Amino acid sequence: MGAGTHPAGDNTMKTQNQRAWFFVLPVLLLVAFNALIPMMTVVNYSVQETFGNNVFFWEGLRWFEQLLNSDRFHAALGRQFLFTGIILAIEIPLGIIIALAMPRQGIWVPVCLVLMALPMLIPWNVVGAMWNIFTLPDIGLLGYLMNHTLGINYDMTQDPVAAWVTIVTMDVWHWTSLVVLLCYAGLVSIPDAYYQAAKIDGASNWSVFRYIQLPKMKQVLTIAILLRFMDSFNIYTEPFVLTGGGPGNSTTFLSIDLVKIALGQFDLGPAAAMSLIYFAITLLVSWLFYTLMTKDDGK
Amino acid sequence: MTIALHNISKVVAGQTHIKPTSVVFETGHFNVLLGETGAGKTSLIKLMAGLDPMATGTIEIDGQDVTKLTTQKRNISLVHQFFVNYPHMTVFDNIASPLKVAGMVKSEIQGRVEEAADILQLRPMLHRRPHELSGGQQQRTALARAIAKESRAVFLDEPLANLDYKLREELREQLPELFAGRGAVVVYATSEPEEALLLGGATALMDDGNVVQFGPTAEIYRKPQTLMAAKVFSDPPINVAKVTKQGSTLTMGQSASWDAAKMKDAPDGTYHIAVRPHHVTPMPTPANTVALKGRVLVTELSGSESSAHFAMPDADWVSLAHGVHPYEVGEDHPFYLDPSACLLFSEDGHIIAGGAA
Amino acid sequence: MAKITLSDLKHSYYPNPTGPEDYALKEIDLEWSDGGAYALLGPSGCGKSTLLNIISGLLTPSNGRILFDDKDVTDLAPNQRNIAQVFQFPVIYDTMSVYDNLAFPLRNRRVDETAVNTRVMAIAEMLEVTDMIGQKAAGLSPDNKQKISMGRGLVRDDVNVVMFDEPLTVIDPHLKWKLRSKLKELHQKVRATMIYVTHDQTEALTFADQVVVMQDGEIVQIGTPVELFERPAHTFVGHFIGSPGMNVLPCEVRDGGAFFGEKLITLEGAIEQGSGAAEIGVRPEFVTLGDAGLPAVVHKVSDVGRHAVVEAKVGNTSVKAVVEGDVPAQGTTTHLSFDPTKTRLYRDGWIATRAGT
Repeated sequence: MGAGTHPAGDNTMKTQNQRAWFFVLPVLLLVAFNALIPMMTVVNYSVQETFGNNVFFWEGLRWFEQLLNSDRFHAALGRQFLFTGIILAIEIPLGIIIALAMPRQGIWVPVCLVLMALPMLIPWNVVGAMWNIFTLPDIGLLGYLMNHTLGINYDMTQDPVAAWVTIVTMDVWHWTSLVVLLCYAGLVSIPDAYYQAAKIDGASNWSVFRYIQLPKMKQVLTIAILLRFMDSFNIYTEPFVLTGGGPGNSTTFLSIDLVKIALGQFDLGPAAAMSLIYFAITLLVSWLFYTLMTKDDGK
Repeated sequence: MTIALHNISKVVAGQTHIKPTSVVFETGHFNVLLGETGAGKTSLIKLMAGLDPMATGTIEIDGQDVTKLTTQKRNISLVHQFFVNYPHMTVFDNIASPLKVAGMVKSEIQGRVEEAADILQLRPMLHRRPHELSGGQQQRTALARAIAKESRAVFLDEPLANLDYKLREELREQLPELFAGRGAVVVYATSEPEEALLLGGATALMDDGNVVQFGPTAEIYRKPQTLMAAKVFSDPPINVAKVTKQGSTLTMGQSASWDAAKMKDAPDGTYHIAVRPHHVTPMPTPANTVALKGRVLVTELSGSESSAHFAMPDADWVSLAHGVHPYEVGEDHPFYLDPSACLLFSEDGHIIAGGAA
Repeated sequence: MAKITLSDLKHSYYPNPTGPEDYALKEIDLEWSDGGAYALLGPSGCGKSTLLNIISGLLTPSNGRILFDDKDVTDLAPNQRNIAQVFQFPVIYDTMSVYDNLAFPLRNRRVDETAVNTRVMAIAEMLEVTDMIGQKAAGLSPDNKQKISMGRGLVRDDVNVVMFDEPLTVIDPHLKWKLRSKLKELHQKVRATMIYVTHDQTEALTFADQVVVMQDGEIVQIGTPVELFERPAHTFVGHFIGSPGMNVLPCEVRDGGAFFGEKLITLEGAIEQGSGAAEIGVRPEFVTLGDAGLPAVVHKVSDVGRHAVVEAKVGNTSVKAVVEGDVPAQGTTTHLSFDPTKTRLYRDGWIATRAGT
């Protein structure tokens, strides 16, 4: 740019740049310890075989090939995508609808906000345990009600459909609030003038939603979708506590399968390869979502 | 006390926002930064306040090099265009907040806050919170905070821009008295030439990240060094036209031609002339003698003055006159130019003649 | 387009107003004729936005009726009143193109596409936005966004009234005059009834044929720009319109004459009978300095460039004068004289002299 015109400026710019690197160094070190080194360990494991005693054998890409051809992996991956798909399909629209229905002013606002925030304050393993007890056919409130009062056969330890319904319901109960709160924040930031202008322009309620509320919520919705995607795609604690992956393998998602391989069977090589593939998929899909949702913003 | 800028500049991502600038602002009068939105007034203030990093240069406050000092340690105050107060604090606590941070004893804080509140007529509102105040009162609270702090430098970044017209007029009259005799260097950014004239002891004209001229306000208003300086310091916009000079005669295309004996020393050739709108009137006067034929494009009324934008074969100009003058949009209307008020600039925009007091 | 009648309109934001101080609008009776350009002018909090929202139907008045062409619309919702409104901040539909934004009010009313197209293109032409018709509205500059908002207000040719609520607030100062004049031009082309709400005298006087000046929920004067400047009916109007505002000087009335500084002041005409605090009102433009007249000491001289404002003290009362040419030095004694045809007596703020006798 001004390279020729301000030589003095360029000199100082250079020293400043170097100083900036110096300031960034601690962060780089932190990231290295936090992410890079564990990650490299995983990469290291993924290309080797071990039988303990710190003895390793070079395996190359065998674990990756094996995994990508394994039916067990395909099944777990399929379940994972199905689960995340269902979660997003329910929680995002539901979150928007609840946010639209919430009051914008008055004494009910804090009440609603606290009610919405409550499920998110509960630790994840507690949520799993709560729902586990809640749905027990003999003593759980829901389980008893379904089986004994309504006469519907409901036992998630036996029936895969019941297990899925329970996990999905639990996640919706646990995390829809996040979507609601984000959307609500987006909604209250819309100035009154927009609604007044729409009234005067003769817009229908649908038009108001489509052309004012939805566009103004877009940014927070992007964040909500990304967070809910990553969270639900990596879900572990709740289904592990609730169903342990069963009945059979019907709720064995990728993360649960991964732990089974790594800690149950102690196959560190295949588990490491799986972690890397898992990570790559999460990253790729997140990136896809993000680019698709923000592609118009530059114009 | 002074703030001395030596060759300071600001570069963001390869884009130069402030070009290397050297200016010395002094105490005892207002130093006005005048320029359009985006000219770099706020950027320059942020550099002086230490809120943004500089690419080059040094800043001295009262002889002390503060280039490397953080904002907190420079002992300065900043009042924004938007009313910035702590919403959860009373007016008293808002004014007192910098004093508390400085660790001043309670009794002294009380005294300083009350003194500042009296100057700004905030005494009855000391126990209210900002949301219970009008816009003018909120901005007065922010000003009181700057006064109570008794800092070495006070930066006012278009502090009146968001106030009602009449309120702006009143506060503008009070402002110089508020800071008189306090010793602080006051730098005041505005986009209105009239504000610069009313407030400024010295004015820096800014355009595109450049200080194009700096000096005593009245002097740079009357003697702009460049066409750009004349443009920045004029509202409505200064009238500009291309003229050819032959002997002592100036000719503006087909529009007009007149005798300019005062400028006869300049060599013959092509020039730009610039003349302020109030030297172009709808009626002839003893001074306004050169007739121009214009077609009225747009008229405006500011209460006590009327302006008309009119088209000539060679340029579109503006006239500004006292009182309410009836124009019809689209009509042909004569306008009269005061030839002695014309500024003559070379084609590359440097002053050649005109502009004497 | 329609004639607008406001009859006995009052509004309070409290559910059970007890006294006049609880009313944001005290008592408004008005009739605006079809196709006129009107402005509501007053400081913030004077009730002008309340009145606007009542006309548009966003607020229901506590008392009184609103008639469009003698048809009572008081109880109708905004979308049933067939009006258009332009807000302080540009309201645009971010995801739509400029074209779709302009077409939106028409499509909502099921106008057929060919008619939509003709109308949208005509409005785009008037606003000079034809070259950006296909762009997404979100990426436009604030002044273009506000043009689009105006365009949506003007696109329907069947509206009863188009209302503007301080539409130039977010526009850069140096672009304001362009939009200001654009609006005036649009009114002349479209000839719809337009109401423009502002606290800025230039905007109001430039735009409107008739200006309604409001203070504390009441109308203090309705008149043409010339009337408001030349003969303010209330001291508030004199103060609010014009820069600097009218001098309001406390005086004594005895023997049928007004005395200020122990001197009899010649007024425009005979004083009407009455009581109340008496004041003389005269604009700074009609005060001249000279060797004869009321002795006064020059207190302050402000150079505005095109003229100077001299503030002189008669006893403890300040009198401002607009002076062109030579100004006296601060501290010297001068003599003031008032133009008798422009000097009036006010009682409790209201005019109390008869004109031109």
